[in-house]
Amino acid sequence: MTITAPPPPPSPATPAARPLLKATGEPLRERAFKWMLWFCMAVGLVTLVVLLVYVFIRGWGALDTRLVTNMPSSVLPATAGAQSAITGTLWLMVFTAIWAMPTGILAAIYLEEYGDPTRWYNRVIEINILNLAAVPSIVFGILGLAFISRGLGFGPTILTGSITLALLVLPIVVIASREAIRAVPQSIRAGSLALGATRWQTVYRQVLPAAIPGIATGAILALSRAIGEAAPLLMLGVSFVRFNPDGLMSTFTALPVQIYNWTTESRPEYTELAAAASVVLLVLLLAMNSVAIYIRNKTQRRW
Amino acid sequence: MAALVSVATTVGIVISLFVPAFQFFQEVPLTDFLFGTTWSPTFANPGFGVWPLVVGTLLITVIASIVALPLGLGSAVYLSEYAEDRVRRTLKPALEVLAGIPTVIYGFFALTLVTPLLRWLIPGDAEIPQIYNALSAGLVMGVMIIPTIASLSEDAMSAVPSGLRQGAFALGSNRRQVATRVVVPAALSGITAAFVLGISRAIGETMIVVMAAGLQPNTSWNPLEIHQTMTAFIASTAAGDIATGTTIYKTIFAVGALLFVMTFVMNMISIRLVRRYREVYE
Repeated sequence: MTITAPPPPPSPATPAARPLLKATGEPLRERAFKWMLWFCMAVGLVTLVVLLVYVFIRGWGALDTRLVTNMPSSVLPATAGAQSAITGTLWLMVFTAIWAMPTGILAAIYLEEYGDPTRWYNRVIEINILNLAAVPSIVFGILGLAFISRGLGFGPTILTGSITLALLVLPIVVIASREAIRAVPQSIRAGSLALGATRWQTVYRQVLPAAIPGIATGAILALSRAIGEAAPLLMLGVSFVRFNPDGLMSTFTALPVQIYNWTTESRPEYTELAAAASVVLLVLLLAMNSVAIYIRNKTQRRW
Repeated sequence: MAALVSVATTVGIVISLFVPAFQFFQEVPLTDFLFGTTWSPTFANPGFGVWPLVVGTLLITVIASIVALPLGLGSAVYLSEYAEDRVRRTLKPALEVLAGIPTVIYGFFALTLVTPLLRWLIPGDAEIPQIYNALSAGLVMGVMIIPTIASLSEDAMSAVPSGLRQGAFALGSNRRQVATRVVVPAALSGITAAFVLGISRAIGETMIVVMAAGLQPNTSWNPLEIHQTMTAFIASTAAGDIATGTTIYKTIFAVGALLFVMTFVMNMISIRLVRRYREVYE
């Protein structure tokens, strides 16, 4: 890059002036560093795009209504669908939400509004939740297998699966709800208490309604984690099922498990089905995340 | 109270892992488990040395870290120090989508696209790498943990007070120098926490390794070969219907206990480090 020197001196420029002028451009090193950072960003984003496009193209041939209308089959790939896996996933999500939401929100209310953070037991709970959020999902699978599936004798049912997944996502619900509750300004609480409301009335009528958007967003994100989990379900013994679940004690299969089963089949038709089922799963996830973003944009309040 | 459910879960995990694991160690000596080099619990003449599973786990974790640590840190520096506000608000969520993709889809991706791609890229024998191999699983897992590392590191860098940056600029530093000599060192504990958490996620990841790295224990460090990790062993063994109370059933818990201890220690380190930078700057 050349820069025209403002006052053009008639005499040949002084030798010291040239490097000074050159230094105003961006040195090569700076540009190289910036390009390197760009590259780091790009690898992740490009892989994401490649993955999405690849799964879509691979599954295109099997992406039709039979995925929803037909049952899985291990002998006839041409007519195999994923109905029992889709209904299984939906049942699982509903009950995971029923177990995890109230527990997680109550835990968050306790930690934010009631618990004294200087007490040792509250700090233990807090650190414990942070740690639990990073425990591998397969360890939750072991817990579900040992305690719920075999210990309580529930077997690989919707009940076992949903409790296991609820425990898995509980830390996420608690952490997100706590953040939402913490974002409600202290003055709202003070005002409510000053008007004679009790602590619980303040929480129930002021803090919670104000924190609902944040809590809902966190809850949906937690569920979108649960919907994609295959490892803990495999641990529980969830596998191939050709019927829709009809109750809590019904055995079932779920989309991620079905994708895994189809991937392990050697026939290429099943690879196509695995890709098609992946597209269905991704669409469900996309729908959930859109709802979360919609809620956040619609109800975002500034204090 | 509801908060106690989380504590109960932890207690439940510890009991459900360590009681059967303890029974396991009454049948198989702890030293055989930790230092043995043959893992063949289902054979007539069983070997219970966990070393081959540890090799598989470490090998894949190292590959994933080589991918994810630099790329994640680079992305974080870009997002925090270079990107304009508007760009950051689009790119950060886009990157975080990577963390939301179900791992079973990553496994599918690794097995059906990345492995054939590697075979095409690596000249010579068409059977190298093997159809199940550690490299493909490690690379895809690396991409999966980029957002974990990028997000947490970016949080740490954003917490560095802008006064430090302005001071450095005032002394004549350029952006690169501010980023590498001021912001990164100041955010180091947060960045380390991000690294530790990312590695912990890699160790605990199951579906990618089950699907792409295979189910055969291997003591060689060759990433082009089939490897079984601790998580893959647990998942595949439990999925096969095995009777409660047998030694093989208890191996699940012994390996699970080892996995839990490894990730638990790393998570605690990470939580500690995050607290440290919060205390300094907030």
